[in-house]
Amino acid sequence: MLILIGVAMLIFIMLRIIPGNAIVTMMGEHANPEAIVRMTAELGLDQPIHVQFWKYITGVFSGDLGTSYSLNRSVSELIATSFPNTFRLAIFAALFAWTLGIVCGIIAAVKKNGILDHLFMGVSLLGVSVPVFMVAMVLQYLLAYKLQLFPISSGSAGLIGYVLPAIALGWNSAGSISRLTRSTLLEVLQEDYIDTARAKGYKQLPVIMRHALRNAVLPVITMMAVQLSSLLSGAVICETIFSINGIGRLAVQAIDGRDIPLLQGTILFSTALVILGNLVADCLYSLLDPRIRKEV
Amino acid sequence: MEKKNIMDAPVLYDEQNTFRGVMKRLFRENKLAILSLVIIAIFVIGAVFAPWLTPYGYEDIDPINRLSGLSKEHPLGADELGRDVLTRLLYGSRISLLVGIVPTIISMLAGAVLGIVAGYMGGRVDSVIMRLADIMLAFPSMLLAMVIMYTLGDGIINIFLALALVNWASVARIVRAETLKLREAEFVEAARSIGVSNFKIMWRHIMPNCIPSMIVLFTLNIPSAILSESSLSFLGLGIEKPMASWGMMVNIGRQYLYNNPELSLVPSIAIMLIVLAFNFLGDGLRDVLDPHLKKQ
Repeated sequence: MLILIGVAMLIFIMLRIIPGNAIVTMMGEHANPEAIVRMTAELGLDQPIHVQFWKYITGVFSGDLGTSYSLNRSVSELIATSFPNTFRLAIFAALFAWTLGIVCGIIAAVKKNGILDHLFMGVSLLGVSVPVFMVAMVLQYLLAYKLQLFPISSGSAGLIGYVLPAIALGWNSAGSISRLTRSTLLEVLQEDYIDTARAKGYKQLPVIMRHALRNAVLPVITMMAVQLSSLLSGAVICETIFSINGIGRLAVQAIDGRDIPLLQGTILFSTALVILGNLVADCLYSLLDPRIRKEV
Repeated sequence: MEKKNIMDAPVLYDEQNTFRGVMKRLFRENKLAILSLVIIAIFVIGAVFAPWLTPYGYEDIDPINRLSGLSKEHPLGADELGRDVLTRLLYGSRISLLVGIVPTIISMLAGAVLGIVAGYMGGRVDSVIMRLADIMLAFPSMLLAMVIMYTLGDGIINIFLALALVNWASVARIVRAETLKLREAEFVEAARSIGVSNFKIMWRHIMPNCIPSMIVLFTLNIPSAILSESSLSFLGLGIEKPMASWGMMVNIGRQYLYNNPELSLVPSIAIMLIVLAFNFLGDGLRDVLDPHLKKQ
């Protein structure tokens, strides 16, 4: 909670040290000076900054993020309409990344130094190094434009429109997850209790699934939570390319329209999401690892 | 038999971590890292000697050949104004390399100083610095960079600042963890017991021991800075036109994606190559410099 207030304060200050008057940029260079003064007073921008901040932060806690300058609608309302789109995109991307990443990681670890291992690890390194917009544009060009398997823009295309953006967005995470899964699994496979399980006559699959993966998956879960932040960052680009009306696009719109309340609101909201994600990961962690549960 | 003086024996640590020693081991153990070094060198040469390598300037327009595709005059095509893509790529590598290196140096220095101070001093100093770092880390990095760019305006210096501001926190966190370990080390205790000042302990005893992991962090942070810049430029929040940056080239090329995919593909591939190269180099250096982290 404290971090969230800090975040709000930081954005607030950052957006208010902009050179130039926000009102002037909003109303145009040649606006009537009286109108500017009136507008400034109306928006409360003539008050000292701590008063403005107090007003804002009390508003935030009652769910009021202010009114967008450029769209003239309540920021909370705008976020509420665009969040489901981002959420859907992020969930699909995460599902794609996590299943692909974990499965490839397991296969690579089991077939260590085999062809599949080298192939998967090569591809995953490529995944980590490729910019999101490149994957997105290649997919868009090949699958949507050339082969016409998917719609080019996803805004109104329903669920099928989310396939390409989700792959593009999940690509990076899939790469890092598979690398992490592989390395932690390899570490765990060297433990004595794995030998014990093998000696008891368990086959390969149950050993991996029931004994090794349980312990190997813990750092992977931490990484998943960390990735929530990068998913949200990547969503900005994915939403722009595939024209999905989500939070990221809202933020870009806010920047284009020099719309401070909207920008403030979107950033604060996404940061809150990241903090929430980390919290959930911590809880999951203690749920999955009895050693931590005892300490708590 | 001649008696050997123990003081004549080579100091293992020093020999291993000289520049030559590191390069030698890198060469022996990791050919991929050497290849990456070569790729990086090619890009650096291209960036430095750009004016001599191509007959065109990065602003020269050639309206007859606009969007002409690959040809003898324009080996990688010409963009919507007929500017040579290869030329712009070469000039763009200046921006990308600078953006990779300068903000990373700034954020490394700031992060290292703050991390060491926080870790060594502990107490209130520690909690203030680390809470600040927590706040920075809670932001989705892309959105934070967007806000900073919005506040500061376009321009390469502002990109440096934005990326440095976004990245110092993770460096600080890692260096702090390292410092916490070193603070309890015997040689630090010894230094303290003979009355060495706090400043001197941090500067002369702790800092040098953080350097190997900082070099690794440095090479691994460069590609992420390059990716961030290209994403920012892709969204139109980057350097000022008409300077060329890879991300900006991708962004411009996106409008012509369907007929001239090379316009955005070529710079994307360049980004991918350089990021891949730095990632490989970072991995290789980590294996050599930090045996604890060595992959299996």
